[in-house]
Amino acid sequence: MKFGVIIFPGSNCDHDMVYVLRDKLNQEVVELWHKDTDLQSVDAIMLPGGFSYGDYLRSGAIARYSPIMESVIEFANNGGFVFGVCNGFQVLCETGLLPGALLHNNDQKFICKNQHIIAEQKHSALTEYVPNGKILTIPIAHGEGRYYAPKDVLADMMQNHQIIFRYTNEDGDLSEDGNPNGSSMNIAGVCNLTGNVFGMMPHPERAADEDLGNTDGLMILHSIIHHLESKKA
Amino acid sequence: MKYPEVNIKTAKELGINEEEFELIQKYMGRMPNFTELSIYSVMWSEHASYKNSIKWLKTLPRDGGVLLTGAGEENAGLVDIGNNLACAFKIESHNHPCAVEPYQGAATGVGGINRDIFTMGARPIAQLNSLRFGAIDRDHTKWIAKGVVKGIGDYGNAFGVPVLGGEVFFDESYNSNPLVNAMSVGIMEKGKMVSAIAEGAGNPVFIVGSSTGKDGIHGATFASADITEDSANDIPSIQVGDPFQEKLLLEATLELIETGVVVGMQDMGAAGIICSTSEMSEKGNAGMRINLDKVPLRQKNMEAWEILLSESQERMLVVVEKGKEADAQKVFDKWDIHCVQIGEVIDEDKLYFHYKGEEIAQVPASTLVLGGGAPIYEREYTEPAYYAESKKFKIEDVPQPENLKEIVDFLITHPNLASKNWVSEQYDTMVRTNNMTTNMAADAGLVNIKNTNTALALTVDCNSRYVKADPKIGTMIAVTEAARNVACTGAKPVAITNCLNFGSPYNPEAFWQFVGAIEGMGEACRKFDTPVTGGNVSFYNQTTINGKTEPVFPTPTIGMLGILEDKSRKTGLSFKKKGDVIMLLGRSKNDINSSEYLYSYHKIKNTPPPFFDIDFELQLNKMLQLLAKVKLVESMHDISDGGLYLNLLESCLENELGFDITSDAEVREDAFLFGEAQGRAVVSVDMDAEQEFIDLMIKFNFPFSVLGHVTKGELRVDDISYGFVRDAKNKFMQALQNKMEA
Repeated sequence: MKFGVIIFPGSNCDHDMVYVLRDKLNQEVVELWHKDTDLQSVDAIMLPGGFSYGDYLRSGAIARYSPIMESVIEFANNGGFVFGVCNGFQVLCETGLLPGALLHNNDQKFICKNQHIIAEQKHSALTEYVPNGKILTIPIAHGEGRYYAPKDVLADMMQNHQIIFRYTNEDGDLSEDGNPNGSSMNIAGVCNLTGNVFGMMPHPERAADEDLGNTDGLMILHSIIHHLESKKA
Repeated sequence: MKYPEVNIKTAKELGINEEEFELIQKYMGRMPNFTELSIYSVMWSEHASYKNSIKWLKTLPRDGGVLLTGAGEENAGLVDIGNNLACAFKIESHNHPCAVEPYQGAATGVGGINRDIFTMGARPIAQLNSLRFGAIDRDHTKWIAKGVVKGIGDYGNAFGVPVLGGEVFFDESYNSNPLVNAMSVGIMEKGKMVSAIAEGAGNPVFIVGSSTGKDGIHGATFASADITEDSANDIPSIQVGDPFQEKLLLEATLELIETGVVVGMQDMGAAGIICSTSEMSEKGNAGMRINLDKVPLRQKNMEAWEILLSESQERMLVVVEKGKEADAQKVFDKWDIHCVQIGEVIDEDKLYFHYKGEEIAQVPASTLVLGGGAPIYEREYTEPAYYAESKKFKIEDVPQPENLKEIVDFLITHPNLASKNWVSEQYDTMVRTNNMTTNMAADAGLVNIKNTNTALALTVDCNSRYVKADPKIGTMIAVTEAARNVACTGAKPVAITNCLNFGSPYNPEAFWQFVGAIEGMGEACRKFDTPVTGGNVSFYNQTTINGKTEPVFPTPTIGMLGILEDKSRKTGLSFKKKGDVIMLLGRSKNDINSSEYLYSYHKIKNTPPPFFDIDFELQLNKMLQLLAKVKLVESMHDISDGGLYLNLLESCLENELGFDITSDAEVREDAFLFGEAQGRAVVSVDMDAEQEFIDLMIKFNFPFSVLGHVTKGELRVDDISYGFVRDAKNKFMQALQNKMEA
């Protein structure tokens, strides 16, 4: 598959995403510069983590206005696969491609640690290869990761299978002690109504290298490749 | 604006003494003007010139082995790490700014040390930091600590380089003067280093990065004065950081170097434009003609000397090959940051500065810098009275306590010994996906060098209480502990960088500590063949307690680099499974000197350093490396602060296991569990490998003993239960947060 990784000024997980896709998963990868508009016929768009444009205003608030995002929005609206991780998720919420918003963590501190999550959907582009009920360990690293949406929106999302991942404690409970940032309903990742745009705060690309001792993220990335291949076939 | 008249009074106000004022006039052949005097003031400050320390620094082993540059020759030390790669690394202090403005002080400290690395062409891949704060129950300490941690986090997290390790220590000695030492480590292709040099008459000189403002003027001079109650008045001397600009500058700089048009480059840190222009010129036996009107400014009404001395962050000075200006411009246009030609290199030992149509300063570049004309002093030193007094301490002065469980509870929740996760979780420790210790706790940080078989081991260490007790031995211990931490991961120690935090060099007792520390460092580094690649000296660190001003604990922080040639040998500190045999390498000692136990629990504060034998330390270090190589151990963890009990507990946490051990009949139980005698490490061995392990020890005639075995979760010493790992873990993990957020 051909992946396009968007590079905003201030992206800092771009190299990590490229490394995993190219070196660990043998995929074709192109880097797409924020000032360009040509998506180079990619099969999927990946928005990496970081601090786009410094994120001094509000995470993702400036990036949504970059030239490349106009093309990404058009791509998504035509059914193209778009996946945002961390800052990429924030950008997708700012564009309106994904519902909800990401607010400051409830303790007002940046937090970076291994975090347990479980897949809420068995059948989605991100979770096909995640075993049922499996508690994944995927790192988080964010200051603004508290997922928020109004109650009626959350109810609709539940109804429409748009909640993809939720935070849990080590026993797999959707409890307060398993919620690192105060997200509504422990939400860690979501998708849009049509199931082609995804965002999550945890970083699957940080759990995808055997040298680092955790490959849980590969289940998510393999699911994506499988989804794209079957779509293309 | 009318400049002040230049005379000895003005000179003294700028921190220049009479002797130096005369020397300046001699170099110039005339009376300097105010701008020129300001230039000498910052360039001859302690911070920029090392005038009181250089004599001693030169006694350290500063080349050989795997070093690719000599100490102090470039912005950071450079080490050959195999695979056609070189590693640049350095540690630097930002103590004084953090004393008055913790958040910005710490943030710009992180920015500065990273620029030192990427100005050489290396991409930063890891950071570490060593932090020392006052007594934790003071609100002032919490304010400083929270600000410093947030400042390091906000800057480093946005910049995108993981924090791989560090230290946090609290003591009233640092009440008004925290120590904030930041280390950065980068890698680059060998032979591609960019030097901080200006050469080739006619080559254009560019300023790139942020525009220049009035922030940070006289920062170097501020860093070279005592911290006093009035230090808050110096807030305008503190720079403001912008990590987004730094990230753009990093990417643009590395891209510029790839174009091959760079002659030389240096970041702008202390003393701003004047420092970069003079140091680069001196190195190339050249000079520069600079037009300050061209410098992009962020403020109106700046005087020439303000532009010259400004320490605005995220800037670089670059000399480019003549005719290739457009190539450079193109890279910086892409990243939307300033790249402006401000002058050219000339074939003369002179710096000419022009502003608003006038030549406002003209100084010989070489007279400004260390190794050129900057003064060098020998300072007096005398042994303080406390030193002889400390030697009177005997372990028999302390009765053996009845209730050891109470002491365990005290120690595992002590902020100096408990988990530092409250701090480390505010740092991005995993960006760049190279941190091998996220899922395998180890004594040093391990960085994966992708697409090779190599990893780097990194650590920062200094127990400043030991250095206070005996500067020479304490500093030898700091080097040795760093080497032990590196070896416990399986890696070989190869080089160090140092951050020397001391009191005033004009205080003979503080200078005695400095001299002792350098002697100890030199001896230990020669022993371990870990040369000093460079670093930083921070004098004038002192604190006022009960109306008495004293130097902070002498704190020569050691940042060490180790190389693990074969990643499959990597070894962590955590016990792996129930039933594994727990072994002690080295010998238990009847020693509680300078331990956290003696200092904080018994409040006996003036005692000698713990037992230390450098010859044995080298043997132990080699044994640890060998054990990793032959893969005979499940875990390795050195015994340091808090003694054996803390060591064992730390090994239990990751996999939630316990231990059952028997103490040594020859040694007091409090010394056995909480003493900090050096030269010891604990390893765990699979039962099936036990005999092979013992055979190896006997073959090498290496001292060891069997302590006991790993349990499912209970913590037992001499058949007495100390509870279960989950409870102990909760206390250990929560203690610092409870104190900080109380």
